[in-house]
Amino acid sequence: MSDATPVVARGLVKRYGEIVAVAGVDLTVEPGDVFGYLGPNGAGKTTSLRMMLGLIRPSAGSVTLFGRDPMADGAKALDGVAGFVEGPRFYPYLSGRRNLRLLADYDEPVSRSRIEEVLELVELRDRAKDGVGGYSHGMRQRLGIAAALLRDPKLLLLDEPATGLDPAGMRDMRDLIRRLAAEGLTIMLSSHLLYEVEELCNRVAIIRQGSIIYEGQLGELLATAATGHRLRVRDVERARTICLNQRGIENVVLDGGELRFTADEDAVAALSLALGQARVPITQLVTESASLEELFLGMTGGESSDADRSAVAS
Amino acid sequence: MTGVARIYRWEIVKLLAQKRTYLGLGAAMIVPVIFVVVLQIQSGGPNDVPLGRYIRNSGIVTPLVVLLFMSIWGFPLITALVAGDIVASESQNGTLKTILTRSRERGQVFAGKVLAAFTYTAAVVVAMGLVGVLAGSIAWGFHSFTSLSGTPVSAGRGLGLMFASLAVYVLPLSGIAAFAVLLSTVTRNSAASVVGALMFALFMQLVGVLPGTESIRPYLLGTQFDAWHGFLRTPADWAPIVRAVWLSALYIAVPLFTAYLVFLRRDVAGE
Repeated sequence: MSDATPVVARGLVKRYGEIVAVAGVDLTVEPGDVFGYLGPNGAGKTTSLRMMLGLIRPSAGSVTLFGRDPMADGAKALDGVAGFVEGPRFYPYLSGRRNLRLLADYDEPVSRSRIEEVLELVELRDRAKDGVGGYSHGMRQRLGIAAALLRDPKLLLLDEPATGLDPAGMRDMRDLIRRLAAEGLTIMLSSHLLYEVEELCNRVAIIRQGSIIYEGQLGELLATAATGHRLRVRDVERARTICLNQRGIENVVLDGGELRFTADEDAVAALSLALGQARVPITQLVTESASLEELFLGMTGGESSDADRSAVAS
Repeated sequence: MTGVARIYRWEIVKLLAQKRTYLGLGAAMIVPVIFVVVLQIQSGGPNDVPLGRYIRNSGIVTPLVVLLFMSIWGFPLITALVAGDIVASESQNGTLKTILTRSRERGQVFAGKVLAAFTYTAAVVVAMGLVGVLAGSIAWGFHSFTSLSGTPVSAGRGLGLMFASLAVYVLPLSGIAAFAVLLSTVTRNSAASVVGALMFALFMQLVGVLPGTESIRPYLLGTQFDAWHGFLRTPADWAPIVRAVWLSALYIAVPLFTAYLVFLRRDVAGE
């Protein structure tokens, strides 16, 4: 593992007295990843992200961003890193543009044209002179992205960027993340919107009760789920008999006038041939794979508690 | 421009964009005006306070007499309004995490905030002084006046002494500001910090008037608010001024250093 690894967390623990908000997070975000960080509310996602950004001190373990530890190296560890946790916050009495100028001065000097550029990118240029106090939730989220992009980051850490947005805002946010990823940014995206993760991310980590229970390629995770098929035919009884006698076709169940079974691709191809030869017309043959949501609910035991332990602890 | 200077500049911009800044500044500027108007209406005066009997001698005396009245809670409250809010408001608005995830170190952010709080402390005292001299001069003219030793002080020299007095007065007031910054950092609650700092100022005054506290009285922060009297004596009495300098430095340094350590190590969660 080189210093170019955007995020490396090892044995990350955060305790607030008796409460263990994060119980030992190990994860690695590789360059170019769009990394989904999934977990039920209160699982420890935001607390982990806060530790990654150096906002809170880990009780144990370590995290490095491009090889630098925010606890040991301070603000230098955030070189090339930007993002927000629990929604971006700004000074409501300053305009959007003035907020960005302020934040630019908290970094190395940034040209005014760069500020206009990022405002344009998030489509806020027309409202940039207005006070942030009058911005909608979606506009603040977009301003948060603009503030992050001001730093020309190589790694973006985004905590629930689409939360609270209307459907159009969510779509715009996904488009923006997709565009940024296409430009080569590494993105770590904490979310509980599973379709968003499924659509955007190549790798995921799932956290439950403060510990990582899965980390790896999203495709591999989806492939671990048993693939099922649904078959509709004109003569369901004959088809059932054929299925039961066909090699590789398993778990055959008659379900409301259609057959359900599990099989690999070769077995399904052989079955369709066999049905054709037996003159049993197929009206529908559908492959059903488990969605990320089903997998997630299965792995986390269906947790969706609203009690965010990290928030309680803070 | 260094990192601290940039942060300081933005802290001033933020202060200028907030109502509470003008509330305190406005109060500091209106008090001497009210004072002069009331004395214009009445024939009596504040004869029981130093320089009180010479209030109508010259406009220069006005801010000096107002200083005496504002020491108890006026200036401490005005100072605490901003200094007690300067860190806590970031916590309450959730903007602390916004600025602490940029390229500046926590120490730089803290330094910028403290400098802004001290600037405001000095600004309100100077603003009161300028408005006081102006209002007093309109009412009674810009003349020489009588010092605390009974000797005459020319208008020009008196103006210089008045500014020197304001400068010395700012020192203990900065001690209150430093305590307010400490509360602001520790409690993360603006209202609690303002009230706490005011209570601290009142407590210091109260201890100073309790019987049996004579031996510690010279070392109390409240006592240093009178140190500027040394300038108005002939010859100048430097002892209280020098004591105010080092003692105020101590009252500033201890809470600020504590606040600095807390700020460096604190967890920024949900703020």
